[in-house]
Amino acid sequence: MVTLNSKIPQGPLSEKWTKYKADQKLVNPANKRKLDVIVVGTGLAGASAAASLGALGFNVKIFCISDSPRRAHSIAAQGGVNAAKNYPNDGDSIGRLFYDTIKGGDYRAREANVYRLAEVSNNIIDQCVAQGVPFARDYAGMLDNRSFGGAQVSRTFYAKGQTGQQLLLGAYSALSKEIKAGTVKMYERKEMMDVVLVDGKARGIITRDLQTGKLERWFGHAVVVATGGYGNVYFLSTNAMNSNGSAAWQCYKKGACFANPCYVQIHPTCIPVHGDYQSKLTLMSESLRNDGRIWVPKNIEDSVAIREGRLKPTDIAEENRDYYLERRYPAFGNLVPRDIASRAAKERCDAGYGVGTGQAVYLDFSSAIKRLGKDKVEARYGNLFQMYEKITAQNPYETPMMIYPAVHYTMGGLWVDYELQTTVEGLFAAGEANFSDHGANRLGASALMQGLADGYFVLPYTIQNYLSSEIYSQPIPTTVPEFDAAEKAVAEKIEKLMSIKGTKSVDTFQKELGHIMWNKVGMGRTAQGLQEAIPMLKALKEDFWANVRITGDTNSMNPELEKALRLSDHIELAQLMAKDALHREESCGGHFREEHQTEEGEAKRNDEQFMYVAAWEYQGEGVEPQLHKEELNYEFIKVQQRNYK
Amino acid sequence: MNLTLKIWRQENARAKGRFETYKVENISPDCSFLEMLDILNEQLVDKLSHPVCFDNDCREGICGMCGLYINGRPHGPDDGVTTCQLHMRRFKDGDTIVIEPWRARPFPVIRDLVVDRTAFDKIIQEGGYVSVTTGGVPDGNAIPIPKKNADEAMDAAACIGCGACVAACKNASAMLFVSAKVSQLALLPQGRPEAARRVQAMVAKMDELGFGNCTNTYACEAECPKQIKRSNIARMNREFLCAKVCSEE
Ligand SMILES: Cc1cc2nc3c(=O)[nH]c(=O)nc-3n(C[C@H](O)[C@H](O)[C@H](O)COP(=O)(O)OP(=O)(O)OC[C@H]3O[C@@H](n4cnc5c(N)ncnc54)[C@H](O)[C@@H]3O)c2cc1C
Ligand code: SF4
Ligand code: FES
Repeated sequence: MVTLNSKIPQGPLSEKWTKYKADQKLVNPANKRKLDVIVVGTGLAGASAAASLGALGFNVKIFCISDSPRRAHSIAAQGGVNAAKNYPNDGDSIGRLFYDTIKGGDYRAREANVYRLAEVSNNIIDQCVAQGVPFARDYAGMLDNRSFGGAQVSRTFYAKGQTGQQLLLGAYSALSKEIKAGTVKMYERKEMMDVVLVDGKARGIITRDLQTGKLERWFGHAVVVATGGYGNVYFLSTNAMNSNGSAAWQCYKKGACFANPCYVQIHPTCIPVHGDYQSKLTLMSESLRNDGRIWVPKNIEDSVAIREGRLKPTDIAEENRDYYLERRYPAFGNLVPRDIASRAAKERCDAGYGVGTGQAVYLDFSSAIKRLGKDKVEARYGNLFQMYEKITAQNPYETPMMIYPAVHYTMGGLWVDYELQTTVEGLFAAGEANFSDHGANRLGASALMQGLADGYFVLPYTIQNYLSSEIYSQPIPTTVPEFDAAEKAVAEKIEKLMSIKGTKSVDTFQKELGHIMWNKVGMGRTAQGLQEAIPMLKALKEDFWANVRITGDTNSMNPELEKALRLSDHIELAQLMAKDALHREESCGGHFREEHQTEEGEAKRNDEQFMYVAAWEYQGEGVEPQLHKEELNYEFIKVQQRNYK
Repeated sequence: MNLTLKIWRQENARAKGRFETYKVENISPDCSFLEMLDILNEQLVDKLSHPVCFDNDCREGICGMCGLYINGRPHGPDDGVTTCQLHMRRFKDGDTIVIEPWRARPFPVIRDLVVDRTAFDKIIQEGGYVSVTTGGVPDGNAIPIPKKNADEAMDAAACIGCGACVAACKNASAMLFVSAKVSQLALLPQGRPEAARRVQAMVAKMDELGFGNCTNTYACEAECPKQIKRSNIARMNREFLCAKVCSEE
């Protein structure tokens, strides 16, 4: 059984990281060359970690699913990246970014980690600028900022509507430089299928070559998992098609605790669902909420008329529009955090005021166009408007956009200590794959910050504290029984899946899983719904293993098999999510239990009983996982009810 | 709508490929092109055949992973979109759609519509970066960058590395792709110190990997889903000449 030790350094909050760095053990250059580090994933977290570790002199191997490291899902982030630079002189500071992040996360994140994140945020911007990331600039040639949800200052740096792309290409360029230098070896189209433990320590991984189907073994003195989040458990999400929680799940099954699986972020501004053939949902950046105003008709008859096509949104007079966010939250208005904006949209639609299919609200730019002129609006959001028009064939300059919340990000993930080490020695997790710094809700533009903080500025230090004790460990040959057993288990799983030869396609199961999760473990959760979800998921798992049909072969490229393998893990992960959501008898951040709300319909936390991180430990197939609690102590921040009014 | 699809099928790099004809029915005009292929693949699974392989990930035009030659045009009939952003409302009931992989020597077919584009990564590895390592860099605002340069650099940096430019070019030239990266870094003060070495190394690698010469037809610009401008090629040529002249001095 594991014991959770968060390894938070002693001392005042603002000195912890400095002190840690001063005290930690380092590895000398000659020894670095002898140490192998495996990094899985080439998103912001993985690419930045591998590039930094390679530059330090370690032998790095890095893996990804796609055909090039540049294509990781991080590329799709639009809005921006936060940092406490305070360039606009509007009162920002490390302390304020720290405070906003803790509060935004509904007091469910670890203070020391979040403070460190805020501290290194400024280095990220400097690093990216030095790499040639073309951030937006003002006419003086200085870096420009915009504001994002959950903050009253402008601290978000951006590169048009393609910030993730530019940051990832920056990290990819740093990675490319190390690949050229020979310190990092890149392996594309190879999917991690398991982590290999020798004497209780992570010592390598098993991968499947997605072109040949070949299973391969890789040794590392340490393994870093930076494989992103598990939003695709819901089938429809804003995540890329190949994003998956499979690698994290394999780590869980090898003993790494999985923390807060029920904390899922539902993003308020996505293009609504329009057909059952739909494969994914498209995000409209949160930055749109800077100038767009969200509304539904005030009168239910108008909503009905719009849904039936008898009225157009532009027919509704100003006084008959309900700008419900501005009404309910005058202080933050349209810029309330995501969980709040999403729930407010659901509330209006459930009450019958929705437009479109009934599951949509308006995001209107007409006042911004009046105030700023079309050119300025175009300069700010042109590419997003274009993207919207391409998908919906509607012109947002003339008619308001329609939006609805969609699954977007997972705050939960592998439990890690202050050093980003999981409960398995030598196994580290970075980026969205860990349970990270966002508590129960992540603020906009903070995932990019966290991914790069982990990869550039945290792991390169903390992993050395571990590796310094490994300098006497000779590389383990991948012929030892532990590697044999791990590879055999993967081969057997694949064989079993292929031999089912059932009647239902993988997509049928994906959609069914998504359906259960969205309806019962989605935006508004109830004990009853969750209790229904648990047997449904169990039945789905049985059905899957009895009736899935996978065509094609195992020794060449086979996307059906890839999907099936990930889905088999997602079904199990979904079970844990439901279990976690049921156990957490409170509402906090992205986890909203309808039984626990205030009279005004706001989330009601239960700090007395639930001010902890729920870390689940695998106990074996068919056995209930064990819950470990990491109590959260707020020494520096006064815990309050979150208020954006 | 009902459609006939003629799709290139090829088991692996060595196998001989062929066109296969399929029918799909009741396709909604709001369906995306790749969702239409998902529907086809569901049918194929139903008939116990191997689904058509095609690369894709973000499905919103940013990762550069998708890329199909549709009715003779990379990324299909619309300008300025990737394959995943193409919607079926662009087609008519009864249409026949021919779907092929990128065809270019440096991008060998892996299976069906999937090609190997690692040649692009190899070009970037030759110098598509500023050689900084993590830490020890100046403040982000230490060097002002004229807005015009920053914006132009951003426009060049918008390249998604999809390879449509190469597929569109009769010589399979990678000039647009390479020049986009060279331009981005040439326009920024951070990229200047290595500019000469960078352009020479990247161009040499491009030639070595078998990409053809640019004969100024600019099919690349016309087919680029991110509308990367040909002026980048002109800039790269200037940078290249300048680098040569300087190194000969
Ligand atoms: C549409 C969208 C917009 C967003 N906008 C913003 C924003 O504006 N600001 C912000 O801060 N955040 C934003 N986010 C969130 C942010 O983009 C992500 O949280 C972040 O990029 C995750 O980075 P990562 O490095 O952890 O993982 P990812 O970028 O998801 O990378 C995962 C990597 O792991 C690899 N991988 C996965 N499984 C395996 C396996 N089994 N074997 C081998 N490799 C594997 C993948 O190939 C990939 O390389 C957005 C997210 C979405 C979906
Ligand atoms: S230049 Fe255009 S076509 Fe070529 S790789 Fe870049 S985005 Fe694709
Ligand atoms: S799938 Fe990412 S650009 Fe088309």
